[in-house]
Amino acid sequence: MNWRRAGIAAALVIPVVFVFSRGMKIDPREIPSPLPGNPAPPFALAVFAPGQPPLERPIGDTVRLADLRGRVVVLNFWASWCLACRDEHVGLTDVARGYAGKPVTFVGSLYQDTPGNGTQWIAEMGGQSYPSVNDPKARTAIDYGLYGVPETFFITAEGKIARKITGPAPPQVIRQIIDSLLTTTSSP
Amino acid sequence: MTRVALRTLVALSLLFATPCARAQVRTDTTPRTTGDSALEARTSAVAAQLRCPVCQGLSIQDSPSELAQSMRSLVRDQLAQGKSPEQVKAYFVSKYGEWILLSPAPHGFNLLAYAIPVLMVLGGGAFIAVAVRRWTSSPTPDATSTEDPT
Repeated sequence: MNWRRAGIAAALVIPVVFVFSRGMKIDPREIPSPLPGNPAPPFALAVFAPGQPPLERPIGDTVRLADLRGRVVVLNFWASWCLACRDEHVGLTDVARGYAGKPVTFVGSLYQDTPGNGTQWIAEMGGQSYPSVNDPKARTAIDYGLYGVPETFFITAEGKIARKITGPAPPQVIRQIIDSLLTTTSSP
Repeated sequence: MTRVALRTLVALSLLFATPCARAQVRTDTTPRTTGDSALEARTSAVAAQLRCPVCQGLSIQDSPSELAQSMRSLVRDQLAQGKSPEQVKAYFVSKYGEWILLSPAPHGFNLLAYAIPVLMVLGGGAFIAVAVRRWTSSPTPDATSTEDPT
């Protein structure tokens, strides 16, 4: 056996195998966001879907992130044409209802869609406990580095982005993140 | 006589008024058109350097996706507000990371993306040069003498 040739072949093949094995575990469509840990981009968006009591906001009311300082904010980007948004809708709406009365605000933000379609979709899905706002020209979505829906951002009481979930957000994960943020907020 | 004078006056006024009117129209529209096309050209130049988050393989200039169109409109608005192309690109990098740039900035780890192709070309060239030299070199006299049947 020619050990020199075997060594050269190993030196060429092993790095390629290593790179491919790592690459197979990475979702090439998932873009690492630079936003977690940074201040959340401000927004002021008009409500088109009011939500349900006790979380409802009047249609046309402006939801401003600046007004929500001191509260944990769960900002969920969704669209009526998004199939994955259907998977997380019931869970999100239930979790939001469960945190009523606590310093947590859920906001849905419509992405690349019309308020008419959004309203119809909410009705088809059996309602939404929290209000949804319209994001014309997707300016807020771009400000949050969005590349698809659904995406959910968790904003601390101090106005920083704590976490981001790409794809349907599982209810238990949402509760876990909110609870940890509430603990951080309440601790001195 | 009066009619002739009137016709002359009208003709003269048309002669002078028309170019003035044309000039007026030109001064009203030309700068705006030039400005618009200049802004469009700057928008296209910046948009061609930014990756579409939906298509990923295309720039937001080439991508037909709605998000790319929204991003292009944002590029145009930021340039119109007086931001430089570098500031606009920095904004998108701050939101999406360096991934958003179709050509990574040549510093740090990114330098590998520029260095590896050059090294591979140089290495390949050296390999080919050595191989060709071996193939084309004439056999040594000793080898000829040993293989030569007597």
